[in-house]
Amino acid sequence: MDRLEYDDPILHPKEDEIAKLRNVKIYDGDAKSATFENGELIATSHRLVYVQSGSSHGLSLRLHYLVYVEEEKSSGFGFSRSKKLLLHLSEPLPGKPPGPVDRSSCSFIRLSFKDGYDSSFPNNLSAALQKKKWETAPITSTSLPEAPPLVQLPGRQLRAGIVGIERQIQAKHKATDDSISLAFEDLNKLMSMAKDMVLLSKSISDKIKEKQGEISDDETVQFKSYLLSLGIDDPVTRDNSRSESQYHQNLARQISSALQDQIKEIGGMMTLPEAYCRVNRARGLELLSPEDMLKACQIMASLGLPVTLKVFDSGVKVLHLSTHNDQNIIKTTAEAIEESGSYTAEELAQVLGMSVLLAKERLLITEKAGRACRDDSIEGLRFYPNLLLEKN
Amino acid sequence: MQWPWQYDFPPFFTLQPHAETRAKQLSAWRSIVLDYYKHTKESTLDVREAQSSPLFFNSTINRKLSQEGILLILENLQKTGNAEPLDKTKNRWLIFWKSPEEWGKLLYNWAQARGMTNSVCTLFELVSGDDTTDEEFYGLDTEIIIRAIRTLEVERKAEMMMYDDNQGVKFF
Repeated sequence: MDRLEYDDPILHPKEDEIAKLRNVKIYDGDAKSATFENGELIATSHRLVYVQSGSSHGLSLRLHYLVYVEEEKSSGFGFSRSKKLLLHLSEPLPGKPPGPVDRSSCSFIRLSFKDGYDSSFPNNLSAALQKKKWETAPITSTSLPEAPPLVQLPGRQLRAGIVGIERQIQAKHKATDDSISLAFEDLNKLMSMAKDMVLLSKSISDKIKEKQGEISDDETVQFKSYLLSLGIDDPVTRDNSRSESQYHQNLARQISSALQDQIKEIGGMMTLPEAYCRVNRARGLELLSPEDMLKACQIMASLGLPVTLKVFDSGVKVLHLSTHNDQNIIKTTAEAIEESGSYTAEELAQVLGMSVLLAKERLLITEKAGRACRDDSIEGLRFYPNLLLEKN
Repeated sequence: MQWPWQYDFPPFFTLQPHAETRAKQLSAWRSIVLDYYKHTKESTLDVREAQSSPLFFNSTINRKLSQEGILLILENLQKTGNAEPLDKTKNRWLIFWKSPEEWGKLLYNWAQARGMTNSVCTLFELVSGDDTTDEEFYGLDTEIIIRAIRTLEVERKAEMMMYDDNQGVKFF
């Protein structure tokens, strides 16, 4: 019991947690009553940490003291409520930090687990003993004695070096992670941190550019979602243009040239959502936001591009060829209606090979011009030649 | 009843959104309503029941005019003095396929021709009596007769009288 020492229950970054168990009692040797009870035991790669409930201080047992772990056989009564582990310990080292008990006659201690006992725990603990991680990655300051140093094999040194570097990078990631989550806690803090955030995200973005493929997809997505929630658009494309309007102008030209042929193929008119999907599919990685698409389409007319945006009365937005005009549409639709007698939007869509939405818009503007009249009944909405106006 | 070509044209039964078309549509409906009432010699219309009448429902093409449309036509007729709502709810209407003044003239001419001036006759006699079966106003709604007489009252050609629970009129 005198091998225990007062210690900080917070885990060192180099420590790995093996198991966490509640309601653990510690018995000194064969004692009938527990010296410590009602505590949480955390087994790590370096030590066993014991924290009594309600207390912020902890006790720890350095794993290098552990010689052997043994499961205590259940008593003859056959009914034991708690599992017991026997930990055989080596002699305490001189200069060991102070602990709860100064002198103990027993060389072993017993741990009793009430509930949540994992039967793989002794095996895991033995495995940690085998690894002897406290030798390769010490967690105490140099003034205190650690385990007696063993001969370092050259192979081990190399692993230590890379592992150490990896740990450092991990620590940096954690620090940036912490700073980002701290920023989100308080909006005011966020505003003041925004500047730092932008610089930080710029540097990470550069790293991404360099390390293409080494950072996993998940991380990239996570990072981009951070940026989005900060309100910073994808920095990669913004860098390409000098100012916002320039960006949108270039975008407008790009969209116009990309979609011109496709629009011609499907009859001179394409709904904006469809155009948006096609443009983004063509772009592949540098996707457009809907706002950027809309802004770019709105300035198409002023730029004199062959494709322009048109907004119908119903609110439907389409991209159409600038050469395309309403008069033609009205004329052709009116003629079509006269030929067949009457049309619903669905029928016209089928005949002209376009979407129902666009066919309806055609019929509506023809009606608006007085060249068609509507028949609205439970059978549906049908358009006839406007005999009500033209005849009689 | 001779239905015009519009009666068999399905869009005629849908209120057109295009202003010009709607104007022409309403004017066509006006004529149909007045002709129908002239033909059936009826004078009242209840909006709630009108949708089942052949006037607003064409069973061959299975189309009927909406209540909104019917009300619009009636209000249009009201503006030209051809219809009048009988109550505030605008559910029951009087249809004047002849204006009250025209009816008044007819009544007075009949009275003069029969030598009924300076004598009294009941309204019942006018619309359902044996003497008037050939007249246009035979079977006319009492309400309309009353209004016709009112126009005559203005010209001092007649006067409404009440006697023995009967409504009557004296021609001068």
